[in-house]
Amino acid sequence: MKVWVPRDAAAKALGADAVAAAFEAAGAEVVRNGSRGMIWLEPLVEVEQGGVRVGYGPATVETVGAIMDGSAESLGPVEDIPFYARQNRLTFQRCGVVDPLSLADYEAHGGLTGLRNALEMSAEDITAHVTDSGLRGRGGAGFPTGIKWNTVRQAEADQKYIVCNADEGDSGTFADRMIMEGDPFCLIEGMVIAGLGVGATKGYIYLRSEYPDAIEVMERAIEIARENNILGAVLHSEYEFDMEVRVGAGAYVCGEETSLLNSLEGKRGVVRAKPPLPALEGFLGRPTVVNNVISLATVPVIFEKGAAHYASFGLGRSKGTMPIQIAGNVRHGGLFETAFGMPLGELVNDIAGGTASGRPVKAVQVGGPLGAYFAPEKFDTPFAYEPFDGAGGLIGHAGVVVFDDSADMLGMARFAMEFCAIESCGKCTPCRIGAVRGVETLDRIRDGDGTAIPLLVDLCETMKDGSLCALGGFTPFPVMSALEQFPEEFTGVREAAE
Amino acid sequence: MSTTAAPHDPAEIDAIIQSNMDLEGPLLPILHGMQAAFGCVPDAARAPIADALNITEAELHGVISFYHDFRREPAGRHVLKICRAEACQAVGANALGEDLLAILGLDWHGTSADGRVTVEPVYCLGLCACGPAAMVDGQVRGRVTAEALVAEVSA
Repeated sequence: MKVWVPRDAAAKALGADAVAAAFEAAGAEVVRNGSRGMIWLEPLVEVEQGGVRVGYGPATVETVGAIMDGSAESLGPVEDIPFYARQNRLTFQRCGVVDPLSLADYEAHGGLTGLRNALEMSAEDITAHVTDSGLRGRGGAGFPTGIKWNTVRQAEADQKYIVCNADEGDSGTFADRMIMEGDPFCLIEGMVIAGLGVGATKGYIYLRSEYPDAIEVMERAIEIARENNILGAVLHSEYEFDMEVRVGAGAYVCGEETSLLNSLEGKRGVVRAKPPLPALEGFLGRPTVVNNVISLATVPVIFEKGAAHYASFGLGRSKGTMPIQIAGNVRHGGLFETAFGMPLGELVNDIAGGTASGRPVKAVQVGGPLGAYFAPEKFDTPFAYEPFDGAGGLIGHAGVVVFDDSADMLGMARFAMEFCAIESCGKCTPCRIGAVRGVETLDRIRDGDGTAIPLLVDLCETMKDGSLCALGGFTPFPVMSALEQFPEEFTGVREAAE
Repeated sequence: MSTTAAPHDPAEIDAIIQSNMDLEGPLLPILHGMQAAFGCVPDAARAPIADALNITEAELHGVISFYHDFRREPAGRHVLKICRAEACQAVGANALGEDLLAILGLDWHGTSADGRVTVEPVYCLGLCACGPAAMVDGQVRGRVTAEALVAEVSA
């Protein structure tokens, strides 16, 4: 009997290892797949019945016997569960389906087709193909990936690099982690194609230390890729590409690309002024593509199914799909990959089923700790780059964190400033000093000093306009969005005296 | 399991440095190597690292002190990392943190007097749909309670 028990960190955090061990002890053949992304069902065990994978979850050690003898109540075919069935899975097409470390599984599900196609193309055609797909940076900035690649391609240098930004520090996001744990060859394939496109022979994955499971899977996948000539002489061609994992050290700001490059070089993770662009002077001063995990992991499917296919999804200039992560106080939390354009409210209320606590949704924060809070009045905003920009927010890395009506919005604004103060790299004054003053100013407001509100607004303007990177520059988003949508919580109703 | 600061073997320090020297940008891998071997980046390693990389000890201190991960002294026998980021706050992480610290009688970054446990904040473990999340000695935990975490580190 063959069963799938995810090895994804979220499944493990909910007891998947013990469940897998119990199945093994009972004589089942256990495959440790990635997660299907339905985190509220984890550990989500799958059993093949008549050629269809049927789900059981959340599974416990106690339910193993009943699942094996068929007496347990199933969720039906996993791919028919509405949360899963309603997705457009392109980037995550294999995640949760395959054994992450089986290259045979990977190829049987479309893996390496994109790389083989890319090997038939010129470097110029490869970068043009990415441009045609409309793919934009999935880390948050939304810069067109093909244009970045083309800049690196045209730069003259004896050595160029592909650097994958896997420093996924935004709260509410876990798409990078999930794909690295659930379909690591997809990221490797994307990085090799990037190398072919720009003429780079070396890649690095800068992976945060908070993700030990992803580090383990990624490192093993790279070894397997080397043994099978995906890395090295790429599929026995004349092209060379190799890569390694570098582990971060707990600094949030290293998710900013120039700070990441400094960290990779062994320096303090301090932000660099731009220009020069990393595309021209990046790692060790050489031309470097710095792309987010999801951007690179989306490349194989673009080369497998074609740029036009990918671009046929989406809304306006936001082409393709986005793996949206729904988290926090939510009934059906997880990863939902869909074409750009679904209204925020549909995601929160319909797909995710509202709050876990059953209380009304008060606000959602979209795009991590630097993203704006959206009250339900803004839930008609379509999930895409430009509409969110127009609504005073950003999609960032597409994390959606749901809060119920017990949320303390002044407290959340204060936390945004506190977090910025803890994580500031210290290079620029608006961020380094401003965040500290922001915490103090919010404390004054909480203590009833209404005159501090204009000061807070002014401080936010200064941080927004004067900071060197998104940390100081975007911290005003959560602060100002909380102030503007929930002004009654900033009137200084004195709580318990200090 | 001993927490007493063992004398740090210079040969081991040197071996860790040398095993990383052909990497591009070897410093973070060296520091992680020290921490894996000794539970911290020992002061005794500073001069040899600076020497090998041809940087000043001040520069090296700047790097070590920049990153939250690197310690100057080993942590307690157990390390509890509690997520304090927004998604976990939405499901009670603040109360969890307060309860946990109160039970253990510690503050953030504190280590119990018997060297049994160190409690640290962490900002996101990527377990945002099954919070509040924590890490116990490198193992991930979802939907945790203060009581369950304390039980795990009681030995």
